[in-house]
Amino acid sequence: MTLLLALLRRDLILAARQGGGAGTALGFFLTVLVLLPIGIGPDQATLQRLAPGILWITLLLSVLLSADRIFQQDFEDGSLEVMAMAPPSLELVALTKAVAHWLSTSLPLSIAAPFLGILLNLRTEIIWPLTLAMVLGSFALSLLASIGASLTLNIRRGGLLISILVLPLYVPILVFGISATTGNPEIIMPSLLILAAVTLASLVLVPIAAAAALRAYLK
Amino acid sequence: MQLTATNLACERGGRTVFSNQNFTLGSGELLQLTGANGTGKSSLLRLLANLGEPSHGKISLDGGAPDLTPGQQAHYIAHSDASKSALTVTENLKFWRDFMGGGELQRALEAVNLSALADYPVALLSAGQKRRLALARLALVPRAIWLLDEPSVGLDEASQKLLVALVNGHLKAGGLVVAATHVPLGVKANKNLHLDGKAQA
Repeated sequence: MTLLLALLRRDLILAARQGGGAGTALGFFLTVLVLLPIGIGPDQATLQRLAPGILWITLLLSVLLSADRIFQQDFEDGSLEVMAMAPPSLELVALTKAVAHWLSTSLPLSIAAPFLGILLNLRTEIIWPLTLAMVLGSFALSLLASIGASLTLNIRRGGLLISILVLPLYVPILVFGISATTGNPEIIMPSLLILAAVTLASLVLVPIAAAAALRAYLK
Repeated sequence: MQLTATNLACERGGRTVFSNQNFTLGSGELLQLTGANGTGKSSLLRLLANLGEPSHGKISLDGGAPDLTPGQQAHYIAHSDASKSALTVTENLKFWRDFMGGGELQRALEAVNLSALADYPVALLSAGQKRRLALARLALVPRAIWLLDEPSVGLDEASQKLLVALVNGHLKAGGLVVAATHVPLGVKANKNLHLDGKAQA
């Protein structure tokens, strides 16, 4: 456990020092949110109706923006080989790196997003369900992104390919993330529970898949 | 402790790199791998590190920890240095110490003569200094088997002597070393395995 904490700490320090972590993603998020009302037009009722969907889709894209960093640098500088030989299994290494991506990128984004939604005239009563849904879903977003990152390990500029691979996997999160924020109080709780279930399933399955892809590349 | 390879063969991308390689290596022994480029020296080291599967034959270790693979009891110093340029020398070593299960930081820094640069970001180090940082892992975390792939590349004469001292110290303590080199390491090899590439069809 302490071995993995060392990895988590290192990845968080690297994310903070090298940039491209939460700061860049948040900047991207904010830029898109400022541009969209200009593109859609100033009609406040339209913006209010579109706001949850826009926030979710922007969140998905922002998370994927930095997904290629999860494994690629460690693969290129040989760290991944050394990690693969160390006592912790590669599955746990993959999981830890996904957690680091969540803490450094997805989690800060999902906490900030609903408040940035004010720019889109987001109804105030759905700020809390939206925050909860995004925090719950964001862990699954990072986990699934790590599958894409492990599959495109030695592809330079694999970011676009990651998006194509991973965005279809994000559909369930998007569907139930939106249904938690329609404002109908009866389906908020079931939607949040399903989001939690998706996250838990990813937590179990993703490390296995990601580690298998990493092993194939390391051979 | 004894590392044994029997009938080892390696296939990469459908091509047989080498086949039918046998060796045994006991405590305190150095095996030197020689051979031209592309004859499979690095591939053999990677097999020993459990980073790949041999297409034929097997690798076994007697007398090590039974619940760990030979790779998990080994250091593998490859061409890449496995260090992060955004971190300082000490931060890099601290991470590997914590991740690989403990060791003495100060001793490792002294062993590769990096004490004076301990708080430097790795981005500012020269190629030879980065190489020394990679070699510091050897002194930092105790591992029975050292797999060295061209360890002396980029090192100046003084640093090569440090490497020789490290290897000698490890052998004296009963460790095993497998080194692939073109230039003589400066340590007398107990065994020599020459890969001639004849398995290539």
